Amino acid sequence: MGVRDYLRNITDAIWTIGDGMAVTASHMVRKPYTVQYPDRLPDGVRVQDTLPFRYRGILEVDLEICTACLACERACPIDCIVIEAKKDKAAGGLVMTRFDIDMAKCMYCGLCSEPCPTGAIHHTPEFEGADYSLESLVRKFVKEPVLAYKPKKTGETDPEILPILERGMRYIGEFAEPEGGAERG
Amino acid sequence: MQQLVDSLFSGPPPVPLWLCYLAAMLLFGGIVVFGFVLPMAGTTTWVERRIAGRIQSRLGPNRTGPAGFLQWLADGIKSVLKEDIVPTHADARLFKLAPYVVMSGFVLAFVAIPFGGPLIIADLNVGILYVTAVTSLVVVGILMAGWSSNNKWSLLGGIRSAAQIVSYEIPAGLSIFPIVMLTGALSMQSIIAGQGWQPWSWNLFYSPFTFVAFFVFFVSALAEGNRTPFDLPEAESELVMGAFTEYSGIRNLLFFMAEWGNLYVIGAIVTTLFLGGGHIPGEARLADAPLLRVPLQFVAFFLKSYLWVIVAIWLRWTLPRIRVDQMMVMCWKYLVPIAFVNLIGTALWMVFFPPALEPVVRALLTAATVLLLVGFVRRIRFHLRHARLRRMDLSFNPLSTASVPR
Repeated sequence: MGVRDYLRNITDAIWTIGDGMAVTASHMVRKPYTVQYPDRLPDGVRVQDTLPFRYRGILEVDLEICTACLACERACPIDCIVIEAKKDKAAGGLVMTRFDIDMAKCMYCGLCSEPCPTGAIHHTPEFEGADYSLESLVRKFVKEPVLAYKPKKTGETDPEILPILERGMRYIGEFAEPEGGAERG
Repeated sequence: MQQLVDSLFSGPPPVPLWLCYLAAMLLFGGIVVFGFVLPMAGTTTWVERRIAGRIQSRLGPNRTGPAGFLQWLADGIKSVLKEDIVPTHADARLFKLAPYVVMSGFVLAFVAIPFGGPLIIADLNVGILYVTAVTSLVVVGILMAGWSSNNKWSLLGGIRSAAQIVSYEIPAGLSIFPIVMLTGALSMQSIIAGQGWQPWSWNLFYSPFTFVAFFVFFVSALAEGNRTPFDLPEAESELVMGAFTEYSGIRNLLFFMAEWGNLYVIGAIVTTLFLGGGHIPGEARLADAPLLRVPLQFVAFFLKSYLWVIVAIWLRWTLPRIRVDQMMVMCWKYLVPIAFVNLIGTALWMVFFPPALEPVVRALLTAATVLLLVGFVRRIRFHLRHARLRRMDLSFNPLSTASVPR
C-alpha cells in the first residue's frame, strides 16, 4: 500500500462518513412515516380506507352475484369454505342453503377469489377480526335459502345488482393484469 | 470545596476539619451522581431512541409521559423488577462484582470532570490523567463480566473489549498530550482557563494539529466507550450481547447506564480540552454575580458536551459495525501514526511558529470550520431534495395526504 492509497483511504473515510451523516441528518428533519394505529390517527381517518383495493383482509361474499359454482370451495387449500346448494325446479335454479367461511382457519391466500367468475367472494380491507371464541369467527352468509345468481346473456340490467357486479368484475380485472393493476395506496 | 467548608464556620469547628471536608465532598458527590449523572444517563437513553427513530423514519418511544420522556423511568422500574439471574456455572462473586466495577469506573470520572465555571467536585492537579485512568476501569469490569459468565459469547466480548480499549487508549492519550503541552497543566480547570468563550480562542483552532487531534480523540473515545461503529464487545449479530449476555435485570441496567453515561463523559472531556469549557461572553462583568454567572456557565458547558452525545448517537445510527481486523487496522495504522504526527507537530509548532501569525491561523481554521459546516448543511438539503425527486418522501404515506384513494 503506497502513500497515495493511505491518504486516499483517510479522505475516503472522512467524505463517506460525512455524506452518510448528511443522509441520516436529512432523515432526522423529515416527518416520520409511522401510522399510529389505532388510537392516534388523523381525525375521521380509518386505516382500512387507506389500504389498497386488493388488500387481503377478511373475506366477504356478495350473495347477490354468487353463482353457487363451488369454485371457491374447491380452490380453498384448507377447506374453510363450506357451501350447500341444491337444484330447485320451483325456484328456477340453484338454491343456496349454506355459505360459511371459517375465518379462524383462513390463511388469506386469496386462492378462492381467483376462480370466482363474478368476483362475488373477495377480500375486504377489514382486518380487525379479533374475538373471544372460535365459533364467532365463522362467517355465515346465507341467513335463509337464496337463489343463486345467473349471468344474463344480454348483460346485467338490474340497477340494484349492477354496481355490485361492476365492483366484482373490477376486482377480477385488476387481479388479472400482469402488474396487479391495484391502485397504489 | 475546602474554601466552601471553611466559609461555613466562623470560629473553630465542633468536629475535626477533615471530617467536615469529607462530609461535604461526599454530600456534593452524592448530589452530582444522583441528581445529575444518573438522570442524565437515563434521559440519554430516551434521546438516543428518539433520534434513532427519526433517523429510521419512525417515531421512537412517545407514549410514556410527554413525548415519551418518562420512558427511561419505566424501563428502569421494569429492569429493577426483573428476576436477578446468576448462571449456575458462573463465577458468582466476580459475576456480581463486575457491574459495580463498570459503574464505578464511569462515576469516578465525574470527580474530576468540570460542570462549567467553578463547579467541579475536585480540581485534581492530575485531572485529565485521572479521568483517562479511571475510565479504563470500565474494561476491567467488562472483562470480569465476560470471564465470570462462563459463556463463550461473553468471553469473546470481554476479550474484544479489552483489546479494543488497550489499543484505542494510545491514540486517545496521544491526542490529549498536545493540549497538555499547550496549557502546561493537567488540571481540568487550568485547561479551561487557557481558553476563552470565542470559538477562535479554543484549543481546537490553535493549529491544524490540535484540530486533527480533536477528531482522533473523539473517534478513540467512541471506541473506548464501546459505541457503534466500535460496539464489537456487544456485537448483537455475532455475540448475542457480548460480555453482558448472561446479565439480567438491574445488573444489565448498570452496564447500559455506564455506556450512556460514558457518552457524556466523552462530551465533557472534549469540551474541556478542545471547545473552551464553560466560558460565556462577559464573564468579567458578571464576576460579582455568581448566582447568574455560574448557571449560565453550567448551561454553556452542558450544551457543548451534550452536542457531542448527540453526535455520537447520530454516528451510531449512521455507520455499520466494523470488523475486528478493521478496528485494529484503523487504530494502529491510521489513528496512532496520525496522533504521533499531531504530538510532534504541536511541539514543533509551539517552538517554531511565530506567535504573531497565530491569530491568522486561528481565524483561518475557524473560517474553514464554518465553511465545512455550511457545506454540510447544503449536503443535507441536497439529500432532502434528492429524496423528494425519487418520491421517497412522506407524501407516500397515505395518512399524510388529503386525498384518500377509493
